[in-house]
This record gives sequence, C-alpha cells and structure tokens, in this order.
Amino acid sequence: MLRDITLGQYYPADSVIHRLDPRVKLFGTLVYLVTLFLTDNFIGYLLALLFLAVTVTVSKVPVSFILRGLKAVMVLLLFSVVLNLFMTKGEVVFSIWKISVTKEGIYIAAFMAIRILFLIMGSSIMTLTTTPNNLTDGLEKGLGFLKIFRVPVHEIAMMMSIALRFIPILMEETDKIMKAQMARGADFESKKLTKKVKALIPLLVPLFVSAFRRANDLATAMEARCYRGGKGRTKMKPLVYKKRDALAYLIIFGYLAAVILIKIYF
Amino acid sequence: MEIIKTENLTFDYIRRDEDGNVEGITTAVDDVSLKVKPGEFIAILGHNGSGKSTLAKHINAILFPTEGTVFVDGMNTRDDEKIWEIRSTAGMVFQNPDNQIIGQVVEEDVGFGPENMGVPTKEIWERVEESLKAVGMYEFRKKSPNRLSGGQKQRVSIAGVLAMHPKCIVLDEPTAMLDPIGRREVIRAVTALNDVEKITVILITHNMDETIGANRIIVMDKGKIAMEGTPREIFSRVEELKALRLDVPQVTNCAHELRKRGLKIPEGILTDKELVEALKHVNFG
Repeated sequence: MLRDITLGQYYPADSVIHRLDPRVKLFGTLVYLVTLFLTDNFIGYLLALLFLAVTVTVSKVPVSFILRGLKAVMVLLLFSVVLNLFMTKGEVVFSIWKISVTKEGIYIAAFMAIRILFLIMGSSIMTLTTTPNNLTDGLEKGLGFLKIFRVPVHEIAMMMSIALRFIPILMEETDKIMKAQMARGADFESKKLTKKVKALIPLLVPLFVSAFRRANDLATAMEARCYRGGKGRTKMKPLVYKKRDALAYLIIFGYLAAVILIKIYF
Repeated sequence: MEIIKTENLTFDYIRRDEDGNVEGITTAVDDVSLKVKPGEFIAILGHNGSGKSTLAKHINAILFPTEGTVFVDGMNTRDDEKIWEIRSTAGMVFQNPDNQIIGQVVEEDVGFGPENMGVPTKEIWERVEESLKAVGMYEFRKKSPNRLSGGQKQRVSIAGVLAMHPKCIVLDEPTAMLDPIGRREVIRAVTALNDVEKITVILITHNMDETIGANRIIVMDKGKIAMEGTPREIFSRVEELKALRLDVPQVTNCAHELRKRGLKIPEGILTDKELVEALKHVNFG
C-alpha cells in the first residue's frame, strides 16, 4: 500500500525538455505560474494552453501520464469551482431556491478551473522531466543568490537530496515494522478512526527510533568522508548552460511578453 | 615510518543521567599501543564490546583519546587543523551499507568524498572511474544504490573511500550485515586493494574466516590487546581463542580436535588444502 506513493516522480525519456538545465525549467515553471494569474481573458488562456501543449509534445511524456496527476486535485478543483459559481455576486443568470448563479460567477469559476488545471499540469511537466537530483542541484545553484541573505541554500539542497535517498529505505522499513507488528497481533486493517490512529503508534515509534539512528550513522559517515558544509566543495556534475538553454530562456521571455501584450490590448 | 601509531590509547565512555551527572565510566579502549606499517593488512578481532570499533573510530579522528595519542601518517589526531587531512588519509567504511551511501546514483556517491575535498571536476570523474573499477562495480555506476545487493553496496562504499585516495582504509565490521556471498565479495575486494594498490588495510571483524589473508591479527578483549601475531600463530592457540568467545574457522578447529585425539598434525591449519596435505603425511599404522 505504501509503494503506491510516488514522490518526485520522473518519467525517463530522451527529449530536449529532459536535457534542459534544471534552472531553466524551474524559471520556466515560475514564469508559467505567474502568467496564469496575470491572464484574465480567454485569448490569454488559449496562449497558455498552446504553450503547455507544445511543451508536453516536445517532452515526449504521454498526456495520460500528466492527466493522472490531476486526480489528486479533483476535490480541490470541484470545491473552488462550486464555491465561485454560487458565491459570486452580479447579474443573475438563473436561480434555484435561494442559490443563484451569476454571469460573473460562471466566468470566475471557469477561470479558476483553468488556472488550477494548467497550474498542476505545468508544474508536473517539470517534475516529470527532471530527476530529483537534478532538481535539487538546480535549486541550489538557481537560488544561490539567497546566500547573501544568509539562507543556507546548500544545506537545504543537501537535506532534500538525502531525504529523497532515504524515502525508499524508510518505506521498506515501515513495511517490515508493519509486518512484524501484524505478526504480533496489531490491527492495521480496522476501519474505525480511533483504532486506526492507535495502530499508528506501534508503527511510528520504532520507525522514528530507527530513523534517528540512521541519521546519526549517516552524519558520522559523511564527516568521515570529509563533509564540512558547502564551503570549498567542488561539483562532480556542475550545471553549465548550453545553447539550448539560452534558446529556452528566449522562448520563455517571448511567451511572457506575449501574455503581457494580450493583457494590455484585449 | 608507521602509517598508524597509537601510544597508550585509552578511551572512556562517560554515561550521564538526565541531569548530566556522571553515572559511570566504561573504559572501551584500555592502554592500547599499536603500530601499523604502510602496506600492511591488519585484522582486529574481538567479541562484541571488546573495544575494536572504538579503536577504529580513533584512527579516522571521529573519536579522540581520553588519554594517550594517535598518529596517522605522522599527524596527531588531536590537531584540529589536520583533521580533514587525517580523514582523507585514513578512510573508513562502516557496518551498515544503507547508512553510509549519500548519493542517489552509484557514481555520485563515489564522487561525494572528492567533492568535499575540493577536487576539480575532471579529476573527480577520473577518480570515480578508477575506484569503481578497483572494486568491480564500474558497470553499476548509473544504478540507484537501492537496487544493489548488500555486498555490492558495501563495495560502492569502499569505492567511495578509495576515491579520496587514502593511504589506509579502516573497515569497521563491513560484512556483519551481509550474506555469505556478499561477505566473500567484500573480502575479495579488500584483499585485492591491499595486494594491488598497496593500501594499508585495517579490517575489524568478529568473523575469523575473514582474517586468514591478513599479515597480522590483533585480538582484543575488554579494551586491551589480548593476542597479536600472524594468522598461523594466532590460530595455533585454539583454546585461548575459545576462551575469548571467538569462533575458530572450521578447518582449524577440526585439525585441532584431531590433534587432541593423537593425530600428528601441526597446529595452525588455515585452509582445507593444508589439512589434506597434513593428513596425507599422517602415519595411521
């Protein structure tokens, strides 16, 4: 049951998008999210859809794969659509009992739905085409300027990559502990909420103890291999911008400019 | 000059209660003086709690002596400025393979040490390649460590240490969590490093079978050195080893029992072949 959770899922394929520098992809995603909130008419969203469609096609990630990610936000999506549909004041289109649907409400709800859908799809393109490792590297280098404000960027990136490395190990351990507790009569199948919560205690306590022990071991092992923070560290795989990255930046800026122009003139 | 030298090394574990008051002191290593020459293969044997792991952690400057001194390649481990040089001179491999692999890809993990030392990118790649080849894990370089067997993971850990170009490798029970096949893989890799690359090896173990290839065996008990000598010398003292709760290799034990029953076989038989040879010369008449 725990194996179904996929974090930072990556779809291996050989495409230009996969090969792009992670910083470009991070920046592109950020720009895309910003444009989604800048846009307030259908022409703008048409452009956003076009941009998304082209990116998905180039990335060689199957559309079904991207749509699968939407399932998780379906509740949130429905909730915000319904809320906007009925709660917005304005010109009444029709009303049932005390609830009335307005023209403005329909517009806002539609925009909201489009925004959320594009937002999820846009950001999943990034995680689907970038290995978690690459992503943390990109974050470390791309946010490097934050060091001026004393943000421990390297340390955060290191923590992220260690966490990612240990997720499968801890998953396996959880499975083992669960089986061990079940063998001694623990009940994880109960439907009752109070029982479910109670069943978690004999699972979480040993898991935490073991996680701390692992953390301690790992810290010693890292120190033994001369780890002393980000200072004076070299990179085995340093991020270097290539021609295609410059081109990608140009496209992203072009897209941003187009969105702004549409907002001004339409 | 010795690569590793300890002089009257003593280490106390201080147990404290919740208020920080001293509850008791356990002396884990007690007045140990040890000299290791470059290129030697030393095995440190001992039962649980004999202080062998504590001793190992002193060589890598993870623990510091309560009394006495430790020199690694002439550097005192108490010297704060030398600590990183000491750690790259004497690399350390730990017991649990999962808890010492940092990278998500084999080659990245092997590159972790050199990255920390500030080695230029191009040289890191060279070091990673040669280290992985030295332990026979080169074809796995793009794999996730989670997909490897225990023995393979431990060989990756060894490669990770090798990439730092150490003069000495300390292995703290590297086979304790492995299956017999994994054990053999690791011991073979370690032996090859000592033979081919002439790297000093200090292998800590409680499994006597793994110490046969060593130049010298040091048996520890209750923090002190109980016995010291070549494998043949050590394995000739079967009764003493048994008194220290150590399991003598099957062949050695078999030869010992036969000798006790009056067969004229020399003490300190290490391999099946030797036993066969010895038995051929026994006059059963």
